[in-house]
Formats: sequence, structure tokens, C-alpha cells
Amino acid sequence: MKAPAFDYAKPRTLSEAFDLLERHGDEAKLLAGGQTLMATLNMRLSQPEILIDITGLAGEAALSGIRSENGVVSVGALTRHREIERSSVIAAQVPMLAQAVPHIAHIAIRNVGTFGGSMAFADPAAEYPVCAVALDANLILVSRQGERRVSARQFFKALYETALKPGELVARGEFPAKKPGYRSVFMELARRHGDYAIVGVAAHAKVTGGVLSDVNLAYLGMGGIPMLARNAMAELEGKAYALETVGAAQRALAGELDPSADLYSSAATKLHLARVLTGRALAALVEGA
Amino acid sequence: MNARAELPVSAPGTKTDTGYIGKSIPRANAKRLLQGRGTYTDDLRFPRLAHIVYFRSPHAHARIVTLDLSKAKKSRGVIAVFDGRAVAEFCTPWVAVLGHLKGIKSAPQHAIAIERACWQGEAVAAIVAETRAQAEDALQLVEAEWEELPVLTDMELALDPATPAIHPDLGDNLCFHRELDVGTVDEVFKNADVVVEETYHFGRHTGVTLEGRSIVADYNPAQHTLTVYQSTQAPHMMQDIFSRHLNIPEANVRVITKDVGGSYGIKVHVYPDEVAAAAISVMLKRPVKFVADRLESFLTDIHAREHRVRARLAASKSGEILAFEIDDLTAIGPYSVYPRTSGIEGNQVVNLTGGPYMHKHYRAKLDVVFTNKNVTCQYRGVGHPIAVAVTEGIVDLAAAKLGMDPAEFRRKNLIPDDAYPYTSASGMKFELLSHHQCLDKLLALMDYPALRAEQTRLREKGVYRGIGLASMIEVTNPSPAFYGVGGARISAQDGATLRLEPTGMVTVMVSVTEQGQGTEAVFAQVAATALGVTMDKVKVVTGDTEVTPYGGGTWASRGAGIGGEAVLQAGKALKSNVLDVAAAMLGVDKGTLDVTANEVYDKLTGATKLPLSEIGRVGYFRPDTLPMNFQSELTVTRHYTPRTYGFTFTNGIQASLLEVDPDTGFVKLLKHWAVEDCGTILNPMLVDEQMRGGIVQGIGGAMLEECIYSADGQMQNGNMADYLVPMSGEMPDMEIAHVQSPTKTSELGAKGAGEAGTAGAPAAVMNAINDALAPFGTRVTAQPFTPEKILRALGKV
Amino acid sequence: MSVKMQTAIVVNGVTENRAVEPRIHLIDYLRDECGLTGAHAGCEHGVCGACTVRVDGEIVRGCLTLAVQADGRQVDTIEGLSDSGEIADLQKAFHEHNALQCGFCTPGMLMAAQDLLREMPNASREEIREYMSGNYCRCTGYQSIVDAIEEVLQARRKGAAK
Repeated sequence: MKAPAFDYAKPRTLSEAFDLLERHGDEAKLLAGGQTLMATLNMRLSQPEILIDITGLAGEAALSGIRSENGVVSVGALTRHREIERSSVIAAQVPMLAQAVPHIAHIAIRNVGTFGGSMAFADPAAEYPVCAVALDANLILVSRQGERRVSARQFFKALYETALKPGELVARGEFPAKKPGYRSVFMELARRHGDYAIVGVAAHAKVTGGVLSDVNLAYLGMGGIPMLARNAMAELEGKAYALETVGAAQRALAGELDPSADLYSSAATKLHLARVLTGRALAALVEGA
Repeated sequence: MNARAELPVSAPGTKTDTGYIGKSIPRANAKRLLQGRGTYTDDLRFPRLAHIVYFRSPHAHARIVTLDLSKAKKSRGVIAVFDGRAVAEFCTPWVAVLGHLKGIKSAPQHAIAIERACWQGEAVAAIVAETRAQAEDALQLVEAEWEELPVLTDMELALDPATPAIHPDLGDNLCFHRELDVGTVDEVFKNADVVVEETYHFGRHTGVTLEGRSIVADYNPAQHTLTVYQSTQAPHMMQDIFSRHLNIPEANVRVITKDVGGSYGIKVHVYPDEVAAAAISVMLKRPVKFVADRLESFLTDIHAREHRVRARLAASKSGEILAFEIDDLTAIGPYSVYPRTSGIEGNQVVNLTGGPYMHKHYRAKLDVVFTNKNVTCQYRGVGHPIAVAVTEGIVDLAAAKLGMDPAEFRRKNLIPDDAYPYTSASGMKFELLSHHQCLDKLLALMDYPALRAEQTRLREKGVYRGIGLASMIEVTNPSPAFYGVGGARISAQDGATLRLEPTGMVTVMVSVTEQGQGTEAVFAQVAATALGVTMDKVKVVTGDTEVTPYGGGTWASRGAGIGGEAVLQAGKALKSNVLDVAAAMLGVDKGTLDVTANEVYDKLTGATKLPLSEIGRVGYFRPDTLPMNFQSELTVTRHYTPRTYGFTFTNGIQASLLEVDPDTGFVKLLKHWAVEDCGTILNPMLVDEQMRGGIVQGIGGAMLEECIYSADGQMQNGNMADYLVPMSGEMPDMEIAHVQSPTKTSELGAKGAGEAGTAGAPAAVMNAINDALAPFGTRVTAQPFTPEKILRALGKV
Repeated sequence: MSVKMQTAIVVNGVTENRAVEPRIHLIDYLRDECGLTGAHAGCEHGVCGACTVRVDGEIVRGCLTLAVQADGRQVDTIEGLSDSGEIADLQKAFHEHNALQCGFCTPGMLMAAQDLLREMPNASREEIREYMSGNYCRCTGYQSIVDAIEEVLQARRKGAAK
């Protein structure tokens, strides 16, 4: 399992990176953390001509750091998972990410893998995409033409397909900072710690006196992209937390979630697990609120 | 802590009675591994070393129409390319059958397939290059045209007359069939008060040794010698194989086994790609290396344990087991694996089902069938995990039907501890087992009544815990009855050479091998005890056919019991010879002397007489000072093979405590217990760790592991992300205890212990899951027990 | 494409100046270029943990790291950690608990364990199991590894308390 031969470049500026991308087009692959890319290369599932290592751009403010400003928490694309895990800003202001990050593989992977890489690769079982969708976050994409903002809910288009255009990189994610009265829960089911989840749910809502409002429910593993469950959300919006309400939301999922069977779980099982997880996430959402 | 071993080896009045036997001494040889300074086969460096990769069939069954290696040959760094025909000129094929498995058949297999590939991953060409990466680059330039042939993956269809035979010359897809009919089974079932039946499925899975299969073959054309460095359990067996199939005289073949990164039976078999590597070294006249990477390992390391077993049990209403009946269908690959055959696993299921229990009536039917999936063969436990799960599952079902507590039902039917020697219905001869002592000890250890009470309380709260028991017998220390009698050149005896060095150290060379379980450590303990030296004076050497006596290596839990006995006898003999020299030096009666703590001393006065270094100095450098006709013999070799019993059986009992989440189908393993009787325990810590490792490996098969194949024979999950092995986060703590019933067939009294954990764990876990599901009136019987299967059983999906 | 690139990697405190192909991963670099065979590759896709080494003080999967990515950085291997004495107590505990059998997972396991000891000095038994859940061991069944780590955690806490 030795990777095929490729060239390697480590641009020091964004401009250099765009030059390289333009020159090599499809024959280039961007290398950030590489925790997915390297495995792909070792298995020869991909044979690029050149790897463009963008970790050399860590000095570019546009791509790095965790910053909170005016109710928006920005997470640079080159931020390692472990930095997110250790960040007090994230813990306080985007607690859903703090709940999700420990589920990402294992520590050795989290030390290297990046936020931007995870978003750009868009694995259907990845944790950040579903959190970004639930929290209605934005992604800032950067190209030679400059930056543009894309809502997370528009960014993930189909299995492994995002809104990124050729010559474009993920620069950072922008998450709304937690507002008073809001609660978030991230839960996933996996056979073993760190495995790709069978199903996961990101739940975010304002909870006032047991009443749920501004409810957002998104699922991973239920389709090619994170699935925002609008029908289930509608069943909960403005209602008091009660078993019947939860039941209605769980039933609504059948109409909008269309999971595919995998090696171990049928589509029916995945839908069932999504329902179970929904019940547990909602219970956790209101607990102690 | 564990009970001290009752060691029959002691000279009255000596200062060391049991010496190091029975002590939990940390392994001296582990120190280098802790520093990353071990030597695994891939760590070795050789001049002009070339690397082999194999072009492997992407199809489960296909004829090779054309195979064009010319572009690959021109690729950068490539030294040579070979197809099956080229290698066949240097290497003869083999057929894996043995005489004592009546009627077993298989087809000839070449080192590299010629004409046809019969499973996805079978090697059909070899690329040899300066580096592995270059060889893999060249692999992409191989051009092959295939004619796809019918693929057989469903074992239930293998014997259907409409299904084509994978090997037309064999006539059908039956590798091995066996029937056993003891007593009057039909009559007993007809008249029994209680009859239960159930069908059990076992998913095929594999060993996943962390170090891949590794071999470096180094042929010297000037001397017609072949030196092979191989991560194998049986270097002498491989020496014979290379010698016969490459036509090199046996004494010219040397097999060296350095550190082995896990084997569990996976590395005791003959792999065509490893034999091909040796052939290629001969063909190229230079050292060559092949290491199976992880993707290759999943496709080509032996798989095991794909069975469908229909079982029935007949009992009286008072709870007496009367009869067992099984019908076992098992799928192997397209070839029986050489030289041990792929019929043994199923044969064991027939031999061992029902084993712990009294019953006179037993019928078994076994069909071992070929399929176009990877080959299968002996893997830790070999048939036991199946036999024990089937037995213990059907026993629990009977207990439930009778309304009896599972522990009490077992107590009523386990062979009494004073019934020995005993021959089972299937013809297995037990010297001395301790089922009841083990049961009592287990129930006390786990506080069974308390767990049952807690289970009841928690059920009322909607928490579903399960307690599962599994009694078992285990084959260890096999005699030639296992393979030798069938014509296999597999040694069931082993030897130990002990040499006193001039400085008083002792080198112990043993034909049993080490893969981390601690055989070298226990040999040091036995040698030191037998000779009367301290452990720091002992050095153990294994894994070199040129250095050690001839022997069988490691398999079937034989290392401690067989190798240990050889070491003991050699140690005693060496001590005797040492005392001969001492007596001659001192001019006293040998009977007044003994050895302890590296010194010869007077037994009557306790006075130290001579350090062993003096024996060494005089014996080797100053024999002129000894009596005229005296010759010092300070190197001794002894061999040992078990004679009285074909197999030395051990027994044990395990328990699993777990919790089933009925909403998700997830199972949380809370705790595991095992009480194991493996006779004299040489090193309690090492035995317990073998038990723990074995239990977790068994849990893997029960809960997580399965080699999943599509209908057209493509393995779907052949990587570490998709094939699930047990990791630390989900495994329970395991409490181990022992009863010791030494075997009288050896002086040491040690039986084997390496596989018992794996043999019993799946049964205990299955029974615990079904115990947890009991309130729901449903059961699961198909391993691995995934959430999908549990949810289906619960009717949730 | 097979053009080698110059690298200067500080391995166990010693700067290694070597030219390597970009595609070579850190484990093959350590094993083949530096002769440090304590680093093992068990799967080459980042799952088994046998390749765990330390880069700039953080544990990483060596098989998912290119040698050229380690240019200018500090790499610590099991040999370095052994010779410096940094994990002497951990190795002793592993030895005494027989927290290794075949030893193939052990270098990676010790790297991860040392990281846990540094990052989570108050880890519970369950947290130890979770932290170590990225390192596959087939031989031990994990309990002895957890026991050994737990013992060292307690000892280091006591030592720190003095």
C-alpha cells in the first residue's frame, strides 16, 4: 500500500496556492491535515500529479485561528480538530462543536486533521457538516477572485460534492455564537469509539420553560449530505416538550430521511436509530434547561 | 491471586522446591519489545534485497485469458516478472488432504495460480522490484483479460446438483463429509419429554495479526542453500515444505523466526505467495522479501469459522440431557489449505459438541464445502468457538424450556469430577477434568445470586442485563493423532537442548516458538527450576531450525505442556551431569550433592561447595584435572511427545455480563469471568493474559467481526475501517481464576491454555444477550450480533 | 514525479539531512532511511495506531504523514523516548503487568499512553479506555494495558503531589 509518485509543493501565500491550482487543475490535490487524503493515496484510489500543502498558509489570518466577534465565531480552515477540542471559545460559544469533536476518530487523527479539510471532503458521516447545517452556519470560500460566503445549507450538494469551484478553498466557517436560552445537543451512534457513525443528530433550539422554538434538527449518515429535517422541526416548533410531540417529530422523519443501507445496517434500521436518537437528543436538550 | 502449582518436581530437602514454577515473573524478552528494539522479519536488512508484490485476481472465479506482464517489466526499478508457469518450473504444487480424514478431497494448488483464479485476491503473477513502491507502480501496468466463471458464495448451494463444481475433476464441491452416530438417537428424541432445536450461524472472520505475513527468502546458488526468515509458528514444518517443493535437500534449508507480531494460528499455514517468494529467490539468486499489506491480508490470510449448525437436544422432564444432534455445514475456500487441511475445524465441531455433559446418544453430520471465497483453515480455537456456542446455546434453550436456572441445569448434567477417566459420546478421552469445581468457583467469583437479583431489579426499571454461562472442554497438547497419523510431516514432539556455558550461564534451545504468549519465559522458568540456577542465568533461543532440536513449533496450545516437559527433562538430566562433574571434582558421592541458586551444595550440611562457573571452567578448560575415564557432558537434549492421550483436554467455564439497549440494539459488555483448569500453571500472569487476549478475540467474532462477501465473491469490508476488531473502549474487564488438575502424562503436569479464552467467549456472550432478551421472548443465533440483528429479533425493524 | 526533495528532520533530537521522494510516509522514512524500526506500519490507512509517533510533541499517525511534511520539525520515536528515560515508569509498568505480548502494537501504544498521561493526568479507567481506543492490540485484550496506565497515573499523581 505505497502511494503512487507525486510532486509536492508548499505555497507560502494564497496567491502562490492559486497559481499552483490553476497550473495543475484536476491533477492537483489540496493537502491540509491529509487524514483522509493519505489513506486514499496509500490505497491508490487517487493518483494526483501534485499535492499542494496548504498548511504553509497557517500564517494567513483568513485561514487560521478561532475568533469571536460580533456574535460570530469564525473557525479557520487550517484549525486542527484538537484545537477546536481544546478551545474555551468554542466550548462557551459553539458548544455543539465541542460536543461533536471528541467523536472524530482518535486523538492522533485530531491532532492533524483540519476543520476545512473535513468540510471540503464532506463525508456523509462527518461531524462538522451536520453541526454547520443545524446551526445555520456560513462558509467563507476564497479564490483568486476574493472571498464569497455560502450558507452551510447550500454548501453540501450531493455525496462528496460541495459548492467549491475549481481554484477555490474553504477559508473559514462562521458559526453564530450561542445566544441566551439556546441549547444544543450532538449525539451519534457508532459501534466503537471513533468509528464513522451509523447515524448522528445535531439538535439546536431555544428552550423557554419547556417550550421549544427556533428548532433545528440535522442528521448525518441519513443521506449523501447532512439532512435538515424540516418536517420534524415543524412538529416541534413552538411546542412544549412532551412525548407526543417528540413522537410526531420522530414519525415525520420517515418522509424526509432516506438513508441507504450499508454493510451492517439496513435503511430501516438507520431510520429507526435516527428516531431513537431524536428522542434522546430532544430529552437532553430540555434536561436542565 | 492464583493457587501455587503442585509441582511433582522436587528433591526432598532442597532449597528450591517449586522454584520459579507457578510464579508470575515478567518476561525477560519483552524488554526489547518495549523499546521498539525487537526484530520482526521486515526489520531485517539484506544486500541486494528485492521486493515482491503480487498481481492478484480481481475476480472470484475466472480463467486467465491473457496476461501481459511486458509493460510492467519495463517499469522503473523492476527486476523481473513471473507468472504461475514460470514459478511452477521451480516449485511443485500441493494437495491438502490427510489420510485420517476419510474421503477428504481437494485440488492441486500452485504457488502462483496458472490458468485460473478461484478467489478474489489469489495471486496470478509476481512483480519483483528494487522497492515495494516501484513494484506497486509496475502492478498498475499489468494487463489481463479474464473470462469470468460461475461464482459460488452461498454454501447452502454448494452441494446442489445444479451448482457447477469449482473443480470439475473432483466431481462436486464437497471437500469433506463426516457422520457420527452413537447410541439410538432417533428413539431417544422420539421418546424424550423435552426436545429443543435451534440453528446457529457463524460469520466467517479472520485473525488480523497486526504484523502482516512476512517472509524474506535468501537462496545461495553457490551452496544450494536456502535461508528463510519467516513470521511463522512452525519453522521446522516450513523447512520441510520448502525442501520438498523447491527440491532443496532438507539440511540445506534453514528457517529462522525472529519476533512475530501476532499469529493466533494464521501463521501456521502454507501460503502460496510465501512459497512463491522462496521460489523466486531461487530463480533470481538473491534475497527477496514479501510482506502482506493490510488489504492483501484481508483477502488472503486464512479466514475461518463460517458455519451453519442445526442443533437439537433431548432431555427428560427432570432435567437430564439425553442426546445431542448436530448438522454442520461449513464453507471453506476453493482449496483445502496445506498441510493441515481445511477439514479439521468442522471435524472438531463434531468431536467437541456436547463435550462437558453426560449423554450417551449423539449424532453429528458434517459437510465441508468449497466456495469461491478466500481459503480457510485453523484459527485460534479451531472449531471450539462453534462447538461451545452450539452446545451452550442449546443447553440454555433446554434449561429455559424446563424452567431451570442455567447454572443448575449445568450442574445436573456436567460430567462429575470423580468420573474420570471418561470417554465422551463422540469418543473423546478425558484424563481428568473439573467441571463442577470450576462451576462452583465461577458462581462464587461472580456472585451469581447477586447478579440475578440485580438483573430482576433493573428489569423493572427497563434496563435489560443478561448473564450468560459457557462450559467448555478444550483440546491441548496434541499427539500425532491430530496430523501425523494422516501423513502430514508435522511434528507433535518437541525437544530442548540445555547447555551449561563456561561462566555458569545456561542456554536453552527449544523447538517450540514464541509469538508473544511467553513460551520463552516459561521455558526459562522451568529450566532454571530444574537445574537449580537463578533466572538471570538463563537465555532461551527459539525459532531457528539450525540451532534448536527438531520440533513442531506453536499450535493447538502445546507450547508449555510439550515444550515445557522437554525443557524439564533436559534440565534434570543436565543437573545430573553437572553433579557428576562436581562429584568427580570434590571426590564425594554424587548423592550428597544438589544444585541451588547457581551453586552445588552439600545436601546434608547445607554448605556451598562449588559455583556452577567452576563446573564450567573445569569441565571445559581443565578436564585434565578430572578422573581418567571421565567425560563431562554439559549439554543435554531431551524430547517429549504426549503418548497416553491423543489430546490432553482442559476444561473451563466462562460468564458474560452485559446490557442490551432494546431501542438501539447496542450491547454494552460489562464484565467477563473465566475459571480455567489448564493443569499445572507455570506462570499465572502469562496464563491469565492468554485467557484475556483469547476472550477478547472471541468477543470479536461474536459481536463485531465478519468477512462480508457479495454474491459475486467480492470482499466488501477488507480494511480496518470497515472490518471491525475489538478496541479498548468497548471491552470489559475480565476476572480469571483457576482450578488445577495436572496431567499425569508428563512430569510437569501442564496442559495448554492459549485458546480457551477464544473457545468459550462467544458462547458466553450469546447466552448473555439471549438472557437479556428473554423478557421480550426472542433470541439471536447468528454471529456477529450486530444492532441490526438484535433490532430484527425484537421486531423493531 | 519521483524527484527527491531535501529534508531536515530532527529525529530523536538529531537532525537528519536526507533526500526523500514526496510519497514516502514518515514510518517508511524512519524505518528505511533512519533504520529506526521501532515504528511499525500495521494498516497504512490510519486506523490501527501501530504507527503512532510524535511530531512537534503531538502524537500523529506516521502512516498518514509524509516525510516531507515533517521537514524542519521534531519527530520522537519509541527509541528516543526509551533512551531519554521519558517513559521508563510506563515501560516498567507495562512489563510488570504483561501489557504486551507480541509487541507489535507496543511502540504506538506507549506513545498514546504517554500522551494520555500528559493530557489527562486524572483520567478514570473509562477515560483511559477511551483515550487508548485508537490503538489496536490483538494479543492482550487491553485490560493489562489499562491496568499499567492506571498504575502509572496514580504514581505520577503521587509524585507530583510531593
